[in-house]
Parts: sequence; C-alpha cells; structure tokens
Amino acid sequence: MSTAKKDYVRPIDFRHGRVDMNHGAGGRASAQLIEELFARAFDNDALRQGDDGALLDVPPGHRLVMATDGHVISPLFFPGGDIGCLAVHGTLNDVAMLGARPLYLSAGFILEEGFPLAELKRIVESMAAASREAGVPVVTGDTKVVEQGKGDGVFITTTGIGVVPLARRLGGALARPGDAILVSGTIGDHGVAVLSQRESLEFETQIVSDTAALHTLVAALLAALPEGAVRTLRDPTRGGLATTLNEIARQSTVGMLLDEAAIPIQPQVHAACELLGLDPLYIANEGKCIVVCDAAHADAALDALRAHPLGRDAARIGTVTEDPNRFVQMATGFGGRRIVDWLSGEPLPRIC
Amino acid sequence: MKYVDEFRDGAVARGLAERLAAEVDPARTYSFMEFCGGHTHAISRYGIAELLPKNVRMVHGPGCPVCVLPIGRIDQAIALALDRGVMLCTYGDVMRVPASASAGPPPAGGDPLGGRAAQAPRGLSSESLSLMRAKARGADIRMVYSAADALKLAREHPDREVVFLAIGFETTTPPTALVIRQAAAENVGNFSVLCNHVLTPSAITHILESPEVREYGTVPIDGFVGPAHVSIVIGAAPYEHFAEEYRKPVVIAGFEPLDVMQAIVMLVRQVNDGRTEVENEFTRAVTRDGNLAAQQIVSAVLELRTSFEWRGLGEVPYSALKIRPAFAAFDAEKRFGLTYRSVADHKQCECGAILRGVKKPTDCKLFGTVCTPESPMGSCMVSSEGACAAHYSYGRFRDIPVVAAT
Amino acid sequence: MCLALPARIVALADADQAVVDLGGVRKSISVALTPEARVGDYVIVHVGHAIGLLDAGEAERTLALFAEMAAQQAQEGRAA
Repeated sequence: MSTAKKDYVRPIDFRHGRVDMNHGAGGRASAQLIEELFARAFDNDALRQGDDGALLDVPPGHRLVMATDGHVISPLFFPGGDIGCLAVHGTLNDVAMLGARPLYLSAGFILEEGFPLAELKRIVESMAAASREAGVPVVTGDTKVVEQGKGDGVFITTTGIGVVPLARRLGGALARPGDAILVSGTIGDHGVAVLSQRESLEFETQIVSDTAALHTLVAALLAALPEGAVRTLRDPTRGGLATTLNEIARQSTVGMLLDEAAIPIQPQVHAACELLGLDPLYIANEGKCIVVCDAAHADAALDALRAHPLGRDAARIGTVTEDPNRFVQMATGFGGRRIVDWLSGEPLPRIC
Repeated sequence: MKYVDEFRDGAVARGLAERLAAEVDPARTYSFMEFCGGHTHAISRYGIAELLPKNVRMVHGPGCPVCVLPIGRIDQAIALALDRGVMLCTYGDVMRVPASASAGPPPAGGDPLGGRAAQAPRGLSSESLSLMRAKARGADIRMVYSAADALKLAREHPDREVVFLAIGFETTTPPTALVIRQAAAENVGNFSVLCNHVLTPSAITHILESPEVREYGTVPIDGFVGPAHVSIVIGAAPYEHFAEEYRKPVVIAGFEPLDVMQAIVMLVRQVNDGRTEVENEFTRAVTRDGNLAAQQIVSAVLELRTSFEWRGLGEVPYSALKIRPAFAAFDAEKRFGLTYRSVADHKQCECGAILRGVKKPTDCKLFGTVCTPESPMGSCMVSSEGACAAHYSYGRFRDIPVVAAT
Repeated sequence: MCLALPARIVALADADQAVVDLGGVRKSISVALTPEARVGDYVIVHVGHAIGLLDAGEAERTLALFAEMAAQQAQEGRAA
C-alpha cells in the first residue's frame, strides 16, 4: 500500500524556483501559484470566492470611475519602491484624479519564463502591502506566461474602480483663465531615483522614488473646498510636469504662465538633472499631483494639501491664462521668459 | 550647487541688463554670434533674449557638434550596426538625428560600407533611419555617458566588435584620445572609434571668409562670444587670430547666464571703443594656454584631416581630426574599410544661411511645419542646441502675438 | 559639446579616477586630463572627465565684478 499522503501537493519553492510555462497554462500549476502566492498575499472576500470575476457592491448616489495602467518599468526594484507598489499607486491615483474614492483593484500579470519566483513574491507582497495600506483590495486578477525573451521579467496591468458623487465633475477640459495652478510637492524624484540605477548613468544619491497613493490627499483637498472650486487634478507621471500641463492646456484651450522659482525641486534632484543634462520638468513623478482651482480658493487648497503628509511641500506654481495658442510659458528664475513645450521623444541625457 | 547657482542670480541679471541698456549706442545695432551650442541653449533656457536691449541681436553659430554631423557619417554608423552587427556606442543626443532613407540597397559606387556587395534590403519603408530607429530594427546601439564606458563594454564582450561613435569639439576630443591610448595599452582587440571630432577655430574662420558669403550676403557679425569649455582645453590664444585678421572682438564666456550677459556687455564696450581684442570673461576656468595635458594627449593620438564635410556648411578645410596611423587598429574607418558618401539636406532647408547668421529660423519655409524637433529636416533642428530647435522649444511664443490674461 | 559643471573632488582613486560631489550627488569620473587635481579642488566635469580646474579666487573676483556692476547701476539709477 502506498504511503503517499492523500492530496499532498509539494509547496512552490519560492526561494530557488522560476516561472515556467506550466504556471500560465491554466492547470494545476497555475492554480497552485494563484493559491500560494496571489490569493494568499491579496486575501479578501472576493478572491476567496475563487471565481474568474468579482461581484461588487456600489454605493448608491454615485457614478463609477474606472482607470487602467500598464507597468513595464525597468529596473523592477528601485530606491523607494518596485513595480508592484508602483502598479497599485499608479492606478489608485488615476482614479483619485477624477475626484473619486477608489474601491477595488484588479491585477493582470504577464510573466516571462525563467523569472525568479523570489522576485515575483517580493513584488506581489509589495503590491499587497500597498493595497492594504490604501484600504483598496485587489479583487480579481489574471496570470499569463510568455516564453523567455518575450517579456522583461514581469509586466503588470492594474485596473481600478472608484466612485464619485453625482454632483462632482473634474476634468482636464475645465481649466479657466485666472485659475491657480498648484503642485502637491517636489518634482523629479521618481525619475531621478530610477535613473540612478541605470547602468552607465550610475551616480550616488539619496533620492528615493515618491511613489504613493494620493487618494486620501485628494479627499482632504476636495473636502476643504466648495464643490466646483477644483477644476482639474492630474498626476504628472510619464513626461513630467511639463507634459501634463501641456495636456491640460490643450484640453481646456488655455495658456499657462508658470513661475520657475516657485516650482519645488529637491537640491539633489536639481543637481542630478544638471549632471545628466535633463530638465526636471520632464521627469516622471509617481506621488504628486497638479491641482487647477479657482484662484479665490488657492490658499485654502494649499493649506489642505500641506496639512497632509504627502502634501507638505505643496506650492502655487502659476496661473492659467487666456491663449488660443495654448502655450505653457514660464518666467525663468533669471528674469527672462521661455515656453515649456511638449516632451520631444524620450528624455535622453544631453551632452551639450 | 556652488559655482553654479551664484552665476544664475536673477537680481544681478537685472543689474547687468540695465548696464547693457545704458551702454548701447541707440543709433546702431549689434550682432554677436555665440558659437557654442551650450551658449545657445543657455540663452534660450534662461530667456536671456528678453533681457537684452532691442538693438542687440544674438546670432546662433554652428557650435553644436550633433547639428553639424553630416548625414553621411550617421549612415556609416547605422550601417556598421545594422549590417556588420557591431555594438555601436554613442552619446545620447546623436540617437535621434535622422539620416538617410532606408529603402532597399543603395546605388552602386555609393555604398557607405565601401565596395561591398548589395546589402539585404532593410524593408520598403522610406522613412529616414536614425540610430534610434535602427535600434528598433534590431541594431545593437548602446547609449553611453563617456568614451570610457564604450571601452568597458568592449572588455565585457570580447566576442563582439565594439565601435564608439566619437563626436564633439575640442572639449570632448581629449576623452576620446585617452580611450584610444588606453585600448592600445591594454591591447583590446575588439574596440575601435569612428572619429568625427571637429575644430572650433576653423569653423569660425570658415563662417567669416567662405565663398558662400557672397551668395547669402555679407555676414553682419560684430563680435563673437567664445565657447566656454572648448576654451578650457585650447586656451584663449587661438582666438587672437580672428581678432587681428578679421578685426572682430572675441569675449570668451562662461557657461552660466550671468557669464553670457557679462560677455555681451564686454563686447558692446569693445565695439563702442573700436577695439578688437580677445577678452576672457571665464577667468575661473580658462587660461591663455589652456589644458596642456589634454592638448598633448590629443596630438599624440589624433591628427588633422585635410577636409571634412560639416552639415549645413559644406566642406571645411583643416576642420576635423582623424586617428593617427600608429593607432590604425582602433580606427573604425580603416578596420571596416569605410568610405564616405555625402548626402544632401532637403532643398528648402535654410540651415546654411541660418548657421551664418544671415537668416533666422522663422525665415525658413520648413520651420515649425515640416521641420520640428520630432521630425527634424536639417542640422539646426536636430539637437536642442541648434538655432531652430532652441527657438522652437523655448521661444516660438514670441513669433505669435499672445493675448494677456484678463 | 559644452555641458560641463563644476564639481568638488571628495576622493581620489586608482587608475586616474576620482569621486566628485555636485549639490549632494556623487559620481565617479576620470581625472586623467587634470593630473594636478587634489581632494577639495573644484573641477569642470564633461562626459565623465575632469577637463580643467576651477580657480576659486577668480570665481570670487568674477562674482564681485557682477555685484559691483549691479550696485553701480543701481546707484546711477538713483542719481538720475
């Protein structure tokens, strides 16, 4: 008689194991990975049902907001964060930027054959921690595996659903001439932290990524101002502050005038950008937001932002202007004026 | 940042601007050429043009080595990477420069690889190739921050041919010379350099005396703002030639905006006084003789080319460097048997006239429409320091009347 | 190619290398072109190499000149 234990399944070796094609095939190996890693880390009622989708409650008197983000960042781990928490924060922020309270997240993983399970576990646990801290569960997900060479380790797509009160309407097309432009903190931190890890640009710095979930900061801001006073919220991720402001200017058909001296930048970020020939205005941020609001309420907005741990360095950086050409202009610290244009391609370190 | 921030002080800038306004002669105009791309960038980025009196005009010279790198040279680099499978190492700014279109094999006799049989067609697309686009097609192109990084890659990949695309004026040349000498000392067998280093004084002379001046009209330049970091290496002495022979004042200026403004004050004074001297504003880094250690290393490894094509300027005599025969093993042109095929710019491109200060970016029909930073047609738009790129990115709002906020 | 910045040498290393500090950011660069550079000196850094030394005395003189011109201008402005 066999002495094999009934229903015994050898646990996944997360220390030395690697992702293989079985993990994405939908069979036992897939189920085991989901159970031992994803479900265990994210653990919530919806996931415990074990269905392919999640049945969700939506509070009445609200509209739904949905946002999605794909994450392909390299390196996967960087000072201050990793692709996992970045994926959670990024989507929570997109939902929050429409003035919504995020309720649920989904997470899709595309894994490359050969990717170390130890790293995957680290990433998933980081996501789970970010999700718990934000109070927003990952209620459904998916995993696929592609052959070695066809993926960069791991790609993560997160989708978020949130709710916004019926009376609230925020958007990039709502900025008006005379409105104040605020930023919730220092810019360029995330991009510089990631660049400092890239080979051939190696430099030592204490800068860490600012990756963070902004929904509580946004809630505090919106609670402090009358409905309608905040026109636009947007987080300046890829392309940086400059690109995001240009997007809003285009959507609203307005111009902008910024004050260079007022834009908060950490001295080390400034120095690193100088060293590499990069302009901090075009560097990605993952824990900051731009606020366009009625100028009459700008001071109240700044107070609300600064009272929150993620908004301590909030500052007013400019004003929306009337401009059919939709230029974003800047008064330089030096006393001249220049335009802050769209990003032209990938920001490559300048030599000249 | 020490020795940087102090030279960007806005309050002092206002003082200098007022001094300038007080000293200019209202009865005349002043045209000064800033040769160095870094100065062009500084002027645009800090909005210095705003602070100058209306009768002082800055003309942007051809001091941007990315801008003056001819299409034919980029074609050589792309061909090495795409067709010969080398690992091509380059500085970041070169990666986006568009070179030749990529439809099928080139005509016989004009092969950038020099006499090889017809290459496999790279596809039917007729969009122009750049190093970045070549990378998207599978070429192994690596961006490096320094020449030493390229040598490091050669050591790490002994089974691959590694070529460093060397460009730049006299500031960037010593690092290249160093790395060739290093490679020779270590006997690195898989490393070579495609040398496109160019020289500042020859370019300035060419602008002042080339035959095309007749075609475009006289060059109304009253003086030069001398390059900052090139001068650290070559010293102030080489400019004494222009001051004397061409009767034009030169003021060598530091890189920060206050340096540039001070240099303009000094140029205005020279013009008003009728002096044509070489003055040094950048005394904290430039001496008359320059960096002798750097000069020695360069002359040990590199030598003058009799002629070299500059994009937008045509052939310029004794204006560029090549690798000495003693280091032939590290000369990519010899190692891969490369020949040079010149490729012309778009017919309506006005870069030549703009580089000489005879036309402005807005005088070019292609500016802002066909020719933009995303799709540059000529040398003045390819790098953020070219006159057209700088104006497009920082100053084109001045071309269009802007309505003030109510 | 003119992007170059003054940075302070904080350490010298073998093979003509040094560590410099610019505004709190540290980078390893080559000092092969400035054999006379010492710890504490400011060098101008370009594409990973120090290409020359910065003369602190001259820097102060230049700044003083700017300040003097600005003050002189203000004075003349008041006198006018």
